[in-house]
Amino acid sequence: MANAITSDAITASGLRKAFGRTRALDDLALTVRAGEVHGLLGPNGAGKTTLLRVLLGLVRADSGVARVLAADPWREAAELHRRVAYVPGEVTLWPTLTGGEVIGLLGELRGGARRARVAELVERFELDPTKRCRTYSSGNRRKVALVAALASDAELLVLDEPTAGLDPLMQAVFEECVARAREDGRTVLLASHILAEVEKVCDRVSIVRAGRVVDSGTLSDLRHLTRTTVRARLTGPPNGLAALPGVHDWTADGDQVRFRVDGNRLSQVLHVLTEREVRDLVCQPPTLEELFLGHYGSRS
Amino acid sequence: MTVPEGTWVLARLALRRDRVLLPAWMAALALVAITSAAATKGLYPTADSVRQAAGALNDTPAMVAVYGHIADVSSLGALAMLKPLTTGAVLVAVLAAMLVVRHTRAEEEAGRLELVRAGLVDRFAPMTAALVVVIGANAVMAVVTALGLSATGLPVAGSCTLAAAWLFVAAVFAGVGALAAQVVTGARAANGLAVSALGAAFAVRAIGDTTAPWLSWLSPLGWAQRTRPFAGDHWWVACVGLVVAGALMAAAYGVLARRDLGAGVLPERVGPATAGRGLRSALGLAWRLQRGSLLAWSAGFAAYGLLVGGVADQVGGLLDSDQARELFTRLGGQSGMTDAVLAAMVGLLGVVASAYGVQAALRPAVEEDAGRAALLLSTPLGRPRWVAGHLLIAGTGVVVVLAAAGVAAGAVHGARTGDAGQIGRVLTAALAQAPAGWLLTGLVLAVFGVAPRFAKATWAALAVFLLLGELGPALGLADWLIGLSPYAHLPHLPGGAFAPLPVASLVAASAVLVAGGLTAFRHRDVG
Repeated sequence: MANAITSDAITASGLRKAFGRTRALDDLALTVRAGEVHGLLGPNGAGKTTLLRVLLGLVRADSGVARVLAADPWREAAELHRRVAYVPGEVTLWPTLTGGEVIGLLGELRGGARRARVAELVERFELDPTKRCRTYSSGNRRKVALVAALASDAELLVLDEPTAGLDPLMQAVFEECVARAREDGRTVLLASHILAEVEKVCDRVSIVRAGRVVDSGTLSDLRHLTRTTVRARLTGPPNGLAALPGVHDWTADGDQVRFRVDGNRLSQVLHVLTEREVRDLVCQPPTLEELFLGHYGSRS
Repeated sequence: MTVPEGTWVLARLALRRDRVLLPAWMAALALVAITSAAATKGLYPTADSVRQAAGALNDTPAMVAVYGHIADVSSLGALAMLKPLTTGAVLVAVLAAMLVVRHTRAEEEAGRLELVRAGLVDRFAPMTAALVVVIGANAVMAVVTALGLSATGLPVAGSCTLAAAWLFVAAVFAGVGALAAQVVTGARAANGLAVSALGAAFAVRAIGDTTAPWLSWLSPLGWAQRTRPFAGDHWWVACVGLVVAGALMAAAYGVLARRDLGAGVLPERVGPATAGRGLRSALGLAWRLQRGSLLAWSAGFAAYGLLVGGVADQVGGLLDSDQARELFTRLGGQSGMTDAVLAAMVGLLGVVASAYGVQAALRPAVEEDAGRAALLLSTPLGRPRWVAGHLLIAGTGVVVVLAAAGVAAGAVHGARTGDAGQIGRVLTAALAQAPAGWLLTGLVLAVFGVAPRFAKATWAALAVFLLLGELGPALGLADWLIGLSPYAHLPHLPGGAFAPLPVASLVAASAVLVAGGLTAFRHRDVG
């Protein structure tokens, strides 16, 4: 247990936050282990940004406990921020400063610029640091914030929708940078609604819905809890296959059958299936999209 | 000529956004004029008393410098509307210019105009909508004012002339705002440009009215007075104003027709690729963001100081009545008279310097509203430290602009009178205005700490304080009410006595407001 505490970068439980009548966080619990890339997945308005702001001490939770790198984010914000770098969901910069100046300023505020690292990142992200921020597109503004965050020595990177506005090439650069941050032993908390991105870079995922974390785990854990899609062509009749426990959404079209199976019933159902004459069989694990739809579509 | 596509939709949007500001502003100004008219009537019941009061005002150079002449000393209306005419014209001009900028360049700078213009909206629609709303709202106010003044028993023609004067000043400065918004790329800079133009108009008229009357014909505020409400009603002067307003707007449309979205007249330049030495701390950033504005304000104050210093000693020549000579002697002869002029001009500086303080102290609220605060505060930078940078600049900036005016006025005045000691006297007088500016600065911070959304409402407090001081005595308001204004507690320097207690109280109150604001800010959410 002691080990578990020291190896968690972020723990939160019972977090609640209301803005007027809107409940942004509703009894939210989250654990992010040190050294992992953790994805916070949810649609717009699920409470992801509010959660990040609570974890950064910018917003105070109405109730609940949050510990970030073993510190209280509200009371020890400034000290905590020495070890954290943040990229906001909507990056607004000072219109009259150049991108390079903003990166330098943020570096100084975080305790000294890492010039070599900044230069390398600026080149990789193909950013022109001599331009005034008012002339940047939103993607370029995000690059400025990303370069500043990635160039820092922060142990924890908090990234809110980090690739919004970036082109696919830059997204690939970003993914490499996150992979390198993990190799360096840094923890990354990444909020996103882009499933492919989370699928590519995250070790573990927490799914946020209406202010709560409704599911948390590795992608394979989450898949295990959900349904696999099975398509098969049978030579004979299916004979009660549809009535087996754990089989859902059954459709039959001639000799083609299609259904979904609960993860924990898969082996039993396949066992029964192979007793039939099977000419063709496709088993497809749930995509993240289906995980997502499971939480936001049918169950909501 | 047809109205550009999308104008009416955008005009409705602007009305929706200003649904509180516009009616409140219009009602306040109309009410000030109407209550002044009613109150003045009670104060001067006989024709003789009107003539006496008007004559005395015309013979007081300080009053003439700030408000201009009363064109007809036998007219009760002209006497009653002396202060509302000028004060109202200045306030109307500020609002007109800033509203046009708010609905044009500010929208463009925020990126919202890109979205709007991509719709079924003509290139000229946003500016047309802004002008329509601003001039339309002022026209409504003009009608209300004219009706209200007539209802108090003042002549209808004069009431309409005064309303028309306000309306054309609004139109001229709507044009100034429109042109400024096209020329520069930042809304803040556009506002600064428009307010500088207003300051120049005021200074030119002040000098013209006290020393060279032809100069006043170069200032829109001078035209406002030369419409002569209740004193001959020279309507055609308002038409001159409307022609100038039209020319300014045509120039603005001309620039708009030639420039790209987001651009100004000057092309965008590249800048340094890394942060320089000065940009390594919160204070460095605050300075970088505010230095241009402080420099511009200081230059404006220095220019005003030069003008004041140049005219202050000439006012003795204006004295040609018995009452004036009596006043003159009571004030202590030539030097007493000059001091009274200087004190009046310096008093105005105090108000304008607190406007600088408000603007500078609003910066953290602006930064938070724009979403830049969260990025900064996610670094080890503590909240009080972040705010302190801007606060320091606001507080010292108030002193710097006052010093610029004081030194300039003192130097010119000293050179003209051959008395180098005047520099110190006038500078001290100017600096003595600083505590009022600090109080407003503290007020901004206190509101920001509790509810940043309402920080900008501190501008309204400034307007209320100004009106309390300007019109409170005439309206017969209670002393404690007038005493709410920090300007009521400033010493009348040079020439007057310096009472340390009121000044010390202002400083203490400012410190309490700042401390309260900082504490509240530490305990609230940052957006």
